[in-house]
Amino acid sequence: MNKITREKGQFKVVGTRVKRPDGIDKVTGRAQYGADLVVPGMLTGAILRSPHAHATINSIDTSEALALPGVKAVVTRADFAALDDDEMIDIADNCLARDKVLYHGHAVAGVAAKDAQTARKALKLIKVDYTPLPHVTDVDAAMKPGAPVVQSGRQEENVQPEHSENVTGYCEFGHGDVEAGFAKADHIIERDFKTAAAHQGYIEPHACLASMTNDGKADLWCCTQGQFNVRSLCSAILDMEASQLRVTASEIGGGFGGKTTVFIEPVALALSRKSGRPVKIVMTRDEVFRATGPTVSSSSTVKIGMTKDGRITAAHAKFRYQGGAFPCATYSFGAQAAFAAYDLEAVKSEGWNALTNRPKEAAYRAPGAPMAIYAVESVVDELTQHFGLDPLEVRLKNAARENTKAAYGPTFDQIGLVATLEAAQKHPHYSAPLGENQGRGVSCGFWFNFGGNTCVTMNLNDDGTVGITEGNPDIGGSRASISMMAAEELGIPYSDVRTIIADTSSLGHNDVTDGSRVTFAVGLATIEAARDAIRKMCGRVAKIWGIDEDAVIWEDGYAKPSGPNAGDFEPMSIKEIAAISSNTGGPIAGHYEVNADGAGVSFGVHLADVEVDPETGYTQVIRYTVFQDAGKAVHPDYVEGQMQGGAVQGIGWALNEEYIYGEDGVLQNAGFLDYRVPVASDLPEIDTVILEIPNPGHPYGVRGVGETSIVPPLAALSNAVSRAAGVRLHELPMSPPKILKAITDRG
Amino acid sequence: MKKIHVTTKVNGDEVEFLCPPEETLLDALRDRLGFSGAKEGCGTGDCGACSVTLNGRLVCSCLVLGAEAEGAEISTVEGLAHGGELHPLQQSFIDNAALQCGICTPGILVAAKALLERNPDPSDSEIRYWLAGNLCRCTGYDKIIKAVKIAAAEMRGETA
Repeated sequence: MNKITREKGQFKVVGTRVKRPDGIDKVTGRAQYGADLVVPGMLTGAILRSPHAHATINSIDTSEALALPGVKAVVTRADFAALDDDEMIDIADNCLARDKVLYHGHAVAGVAAKDAQTARKALKLIKVDYTPLPHVTDVDAAMKPGAPVVQSGRQEENVQPEHSENVTGYCEFGHGDVEAGFAKADHIIERDFKTAAAHQGYIEPHACLASMTNDGKADLWCCTQGQFNVRSLCSAILDMEASQLRVTASEIGGGFGGKTTVFIEPVALALSRKSGRPVKIVMTRDEVFRATGPTVSSSSTVKIGMTKDGRITAAHAKFRYQGGAFPCATYSFGAQAAFAAYDLEAVKSEGWNALTNRPKEAAYRAPGAPMAIYAVESVVDELTQHFGLDPLEVRLKNAARENTKAAYGPTFDQIGLVATLEAAQKHPHYSAPLGENQGRGVSCGFWFNFGGNTCVTMNLNDDGTVGITEGNPDIGGSRASISMMAAEELGIPYSDVRTIIADTSSLGHNDVTDGSRVTFAVGLATIEAARDAIRKMCGRVAKIWGIDEDAVIWEDGYAKPSGPNAGDFEPMSIKEIAAISSNTGGPIAGHYEVNADGAGVSFGVHLADVEVDPETGYTQVIRYTVFQDAGKAVHPDYVEGQMQGGAVQGIGWALNEEYIYGEDGVLQNAGFLDYRVPVASDLPEIDTVILEIPNPGHPYGVRGVGETSIVPPLAALSNAVSRAAGVRLHELPMSPPKILKAITDRG
Repeated sequence: MKKIHVTTKVNGDEVEFLCPPEETLLDALRDRLGFSGAKEGCGTGDCGACSVTLNGRLVCSCLVLGAEAEGAEISTVEGLAHGGELHPLQQSFIDNAALQCGICTPGILVAAKALLERNPDPSDSEIRYWLAGNLCRCTGYDKIIKAVKIAAAEMRGETA
């Protein structure tokens, strides 16, 4: 259904580059993040973590720790409620281990003390008796029969019997006769790929402050992408009624999917309940690396057949993901996203998830898609090279369009892939000359996008300005975008609107800030809440004028008679309506709630130029351009920011970032010195081209833009490096030693 | 061990605090003096979110002891604006969308100000290398570099 009510040329506020409402607080140090809140009587909490990759917990003795002066409470898994839902048990087990520790750094106990020094001392006094067990951290090793079993009894019925018990899930997508398709190909390439686990790398470590009183009421302040989800999880784990737990989201110092669950929050609540005092817990960076995030690591096999003029005849991919010690569904997103960019007659995409002794995977920007599309786009590129064809021409020839049946099932509506590819083709970057040891890589990217549960309230203030109350933490400038859409719909200036993020007691449930859903779904609900208020304002004016409600229309911030037949009345401004609202029926507010669908998928194309030093294997990115369909770009600066930020995270993943495990199952690089995210001097400018193909599922045509941008860099970089080095690479990250070895092996 | 009494100046104002000998300047600023603009992103000097200047020198305050601040002059992000007027760097970061989540912003502003005091007309490369110790995970740095350049030009009086 086409919901578009306002199109190009009709926008006054949307599409401009207004200043963000949180700007001054953030540049002056006033903004309050997770670790910044201080309350009277506050204790400091700390977490004891497993020194083993895998071990049985025989006993935990907390008596000495409790006897230390200044220690006010110690909690273990026994302090959590009995749970019966598998997913909830997993979340609770990850917050505090139950019978076994499942990875190095797994939380075992929590302490609250008068200060940080005392809390740290107390951790050393907790005696845990462990029996170490064999461990496994590699996905392929974990899938083999005879591998150490991380958790038993978690396998779904459709998993093939040849795999170990660690394999929890299997999925298959596709259509057409793949074997017949391969028979039509002029050339077939099949390759194996590996990608390392990458951490979201938000600069703000997880932090929270919990305060529970002995009547069972609690307040929780934390940095999260979803305060309502935190409330659902914590109230279940602590056996509380949701109404008694108020969760307030602090300013959030980055999330990228990694702050969509709980880690320390239930522990802080349990410590507060036991000690009768507010408890603050702030993770160290070491804890963030060892016990939160990262995304999955993968092993995959991709086989694609192509005719000599560049048409793909068939494709078959197998994706094996590990998401740590608990089952996850990321493999399924990868298998579904893999071939989304292509219009294929015959395609099969399979996925498996395996348990390993690593931290529980958390969502990371387009979870599952980057590693799958990396493998697919690498094989497409190699075929293109084989036939001597133009990489963008081949992609255009096979590109998904409106009415293409996607490999994962649905038939696409209006999508922007072709426009994006054509923009890349026309861009001067694509025809710029390359020097010695330089290569240019291309990749498509895709993400589904999401809508979800959303509610928004719009309050008309007595001076005619407007307050928007929404429930999604702002991680990329969404308060500005939401205010802009409200101003647009109401026909008032942006400066007359203020948007705030409500706590869980002030608004109905809102899903987590994820799936690139906020500008789309919260925007849609904001526009509808504004329309609700407009209907009420028109109703009030109709009464004053003594005419039918239908005879009053809303235009540019004024209620007006709908036409000459409605009568001759002076239009009433929103300010006039607000000023007399107490005489016309009381305060005016609009509200809307929805489980939004129609998010509209998103495609992007990246061009990357690199120079590879043949003596060291070091790669320098020398030019980078991102092309992405944003639907209507509400705030172009912030859309560009998403495109640039995602691209650079992808560049880091492609070139540097990886979880490195020792033989002992211990993460060897749990810090920013050794887990190297890109720094400013690593990078060139990141050029951006926004395409605006309206999404029919949103009144203004908005699509989510936050995630797609991390998908193409992996293959774009790998394709560029492979062309620059004259040798194909099949493993990420492409660190200098790996590239040097590939160059040396090539001879 | 007994706490140490420290007298120092933060953003021009004399302050005193007591801290254990092992306490970092970052913790003293945040927890004892209420200057929570400096953030702890790593505690190991790798991310730059805790950047302040100590006697004019740019430091990671997580790598300095609180006791070392005795008799020193410290500048934090809270001291950048004059009254209600933002520093040109602060204004430029807002105008040019150089921040998303904002957690790295205080450290980057303090570091960029220190750069412009030494080099009022830095090239893109000079800005990128100077800020290489300040991690930002949201922006990809592009708009940060541009915002610093624009602020530098304004501070040189080259733009309105």
